Amino acid sequence: MNDLLPIADGLWTDEADPRLIGGRRKSDGEILFPMPGGDAAREYDAIPLSRTGTLWSWTIQSFRPKSPPYVGPEDFTPFALGYVELPGEVIVETRLTRATNLRIGMAMALEIIPYDAGRATFAFRPEEAL
Amino acid sequence: MSAVCIIGIGIHPFGRTEGRSGRDQGVFAVRQALADTGLEWADIEFAYGGSTASGNADLMVNELGLTGVPIINVSNACATGGSALASAYAGIASGEFDIGMAVGFDKHPRGAFNAMPADYGLPDWYGETGLMITTQFFATKIQRYMALHGISPTTLGRVSEKAFENGALCDHAWRRSPVDLETIMAAPMVNDPLNKYMFCSPAEGAVALILASESKARALGRTPIRLKTAVMRTRPPGSFEVFASSIRVDRGGSPTALASQAAYEKAGIGPEDIDLAQLQDTESGAEIMHLAENGFCKDGEQEAWLAEGRTRINGAFPVNTDGGCLACGEPIGASGLRQVYENVVQLRGEGGARQVPGNPKTAYTHVYGAPGVSAVTILER
Repeated sequence: MNDLLPIADGLWTDEADPRLIGGRRKSDGEILFPMPGGDAAREYDAIPLSRTGTLWSWTIQSFRPKSPPYVGPEDFTPFALGYVELPGEVIVETRLTRATNLRIGMAMALEIIPYDAGRATFAFRPEEAL
Repeated sequence: MSAVCIIGIGIHPFGRTEGRSGRDQGVFAVRQALADTGLEWADIEFAYGGSTASGNADLMVNELGLTGVPIINVSNACATGGSALASAYAGIASGEFDIGMAVGFDKHPRGAFNAMPADYGLPDWYGETGLMITTQFFATKIQRYMALHGISPTTLGRVSEKAFENGALCDHAWRRSPVDLETIMAAPMVNDPLNKYMFCSPAEGAVALILASESKARALGRTPIRLKTAVMRTRPPGSFEVFASSIRVDRGGSPTALASQAAYEKAGIGPEDIDLAQLQDTESGAEIMHLAENGFCKDGEQEAWLAEGRTRINGAFPVNTDGGCLACGEPIGASGLRQVYENVVQLRGEGGARQVPGNPKTAYTHVYGAPGVSAVTILER
């Protein structure tokens, strides 16, 4: 994946096993994803999030989203997405890969996947699909 | 505080009307509401109104007449109609005015709404990667709810079946043909577990409501349908809303629960006192979840309720008697006011083929939308 650019800066850490970057609010410790930008960023500390969690909910996107804002290929392939609960941290919205037998509560792990010819995005896959 | 009554109602049929702008549909609804009361446009002392895709309400003076009437444009996303009504309510309740109007209209392009990330404080990648879609929120919310509370896919289908059945009886509905459960369940998926018969579509339509103080209503000889309360709320901490890139692990309440509790408190009655309800049914799962969020049943009871037909027009607790958003479509600015229109029709006993039997006395509306807003009204005859 080294030849692909992240779809946005600051979404995940640059390390062998990348982690998503959340924002922990200084006042009360609540964690958001992604790390807020603009003036609000001053109220948050950037923290790496757990690489693993459990499936909180899911769906399959069966139709091509409207462009803009979607920039995926015209030739649409349905994809899975949902929410993964990172224990004690936050529930993040994410694409899901290798999603053949999704069940709420199943163990999930982060991976970085190609999005288009030049860019990568993040997703979670079932751990059992390893 | 003066009691507030709804004395006149008007609607432009929902659906698609080629060649008529959203605002012209609004004007149509206003004229119908005026005819319903026997009032003239010049009698209207103030108005609140708006749309999300068809311009400002105050431009309607071009067609309705340059009387100098104050019109406040309301732009509050899915709560536009509900907010216009809550504001008009306050104008009468305060004693400032005797007769006012709330109006909402819209005309959306076909297909799902294409919201832009920046408008919701989200980064561009969120929309670019295909996560900025309202239907995904509704699907993931009901997917989890079904797993936690034992709701079956068939129950989702029963909600749609009832909606089209009611829509077939309603002259302002868009979908006027019943669809049987087997056909509904066999339709292609849009966002699992919701298929194409389980989602409403963006549409067109308009509603106008004329409000008056109770003394004025009686002076005009109108049957007073009292608007006991009209409240709107934004989201509390830890809620799960449209376009949520993350959710708090320690879950909180919902804007619907907040608006609902405030409405019961202000009206001085509870869910057990309500005879019928119009609940936000962006998709069939929303109606199921909103039954519980508004206090009408416990989580999971909907499975038996739908199987027993309890929410049908002839059931113990009729819900979405005009077919709701599923049969009427969703012109955002008008949708919440359509619910109130339908309740006035029902409380007057003018529902015809879709009239709820037993002479209903109290009726409830609930609208929900992005980015986490909810509005509730309670009417009483």
